[in-house]
Amino acid sequence: MVIYGVALLAFCLLAGSLAGDLIGQLLGIQANVGGVGIAMLLLLFVTSLRAERWQLSAASQSGILFWSAMYIPIVVAMAAKQNVVGAIESGWLALVAGVLAVVVSFALIPLFTHLARRAGQLEGEQ
Amino acid sequence: METLALTVTKNGLISAFLLVGVVTAFSYWVSDKLSRGVIHGSAVAIALGLLLAYFGGLYSGGNRGLADISLFSGVALMGGAMLRDFAIVATAFGADTRALREAGWAGAASVVIGVVLSFLVGAAVALAFGYRDAVSISTIGAGAATYIVGPVTGTALGASSEVIALSVGAGLVKSVLVMIGTPLVAKLIGLNNPYAAMVYGGLMGTTSGVAGGLAATDPKLVPYGAMTATFYTGVGCLLAPSLLFYLVRAVL
Repeated sequence: MVIYGVALLAFCLLAGSLAGDLIGQLLGIQANVGGVGIAMLLLLFVTSLRAERWQLSAASQSGILFWSAMYIPIVVAMAAKQNVVGAIESGWLALVAGVLAVVVSFALIPLFTHLARRAGQLEGEQ
Repeated sequence: METLALTVTKNGLISAFLLVGVVTAFSYWVSDKLSRGVIHGSAVAIALGLLLAYFGGLYSGGNRGLADISLFSGVALMGGAMLRDFAIVATAFGADTRALREAGWAGAASVVIGVVLSFLVGAAVALAFGYRDAVSISTIGAGAATYIVGPVTGTALGASSEVIALSVGAGLVKSVLVMIGTPLVAKLIGLNNPYAAMVYGGLMGTTSGVAGGLAATDPKLVPYGAMTATFYTGVGCLLAPSLLFYLVRAVL
């Protein structure tokens, strides 16, 4: 049933968010640490279990796939509610700091990707 | 007319679905006819969303873009953190766990490096603009990480509200620029595989920026980038008001 997939997805997000909040509290900071990432790992783990009695039916899968496909529309809505005026009118300091942070980060991606691949390959060989 | 407006407002989320559907259809038409498919339809849609947010913000004077106009209030729910995170988690379904495992450590390292890097850039800019106290410099540096890390750090360190506003501004600029810029530089920086996406998520860190940037570039890369980006704000809130602040204070 479709709702099984949606419910499983909801369970993963709630469990991940809870874990992220608890990690934040343990570290003494007012932020969720990796909640969504933990939820993603949880979903991957649960759906890759191939127990004999437990398998996600095609209908249940479609409950997850629907929300996956809704990702881009949701991001379009997210873009439409950004504080763009705030970003543009925040003055030169904010503008320069934001732009430079992005440019420097972009510039380092090729180098780090190279290192990530190398590390991954080394691990694979061992 | 009033009845129509009432219907649209009462069914906010449903109206948002319709609005986004129309924006998407128009964007794919623009992508197809005007750019001959060179610029991806979803990239056009996200840019158009930001443009709508700009005019919405100008019109309403609020800080939630289009969502502050009552006719489009459903956009706030549809584009809010709850449904965004729900959809991001769903994209993990069917992701390649081998790439996640292989690039796991590199991804984790890129989060820490990304936070420190953005912080240092922001701090240097604050210094260049004449700030000389460690609290203000650290707060603006934290804002260059994300617009959540900025105010969290500023509040923890007791920064002035003017400086906190600047840090939010820097974070907003970063987030909007990542959304628009990613599809434009994707080829140049080799953002076409899970490894690069994990590094990208870790270095950029802004959840909305990464979510928008990858959606506009290649939706298949979303789970990898989102996975690392989701740790960024937490790591930033951990490092900026503590270790990085002490570092700034020691240097000054």
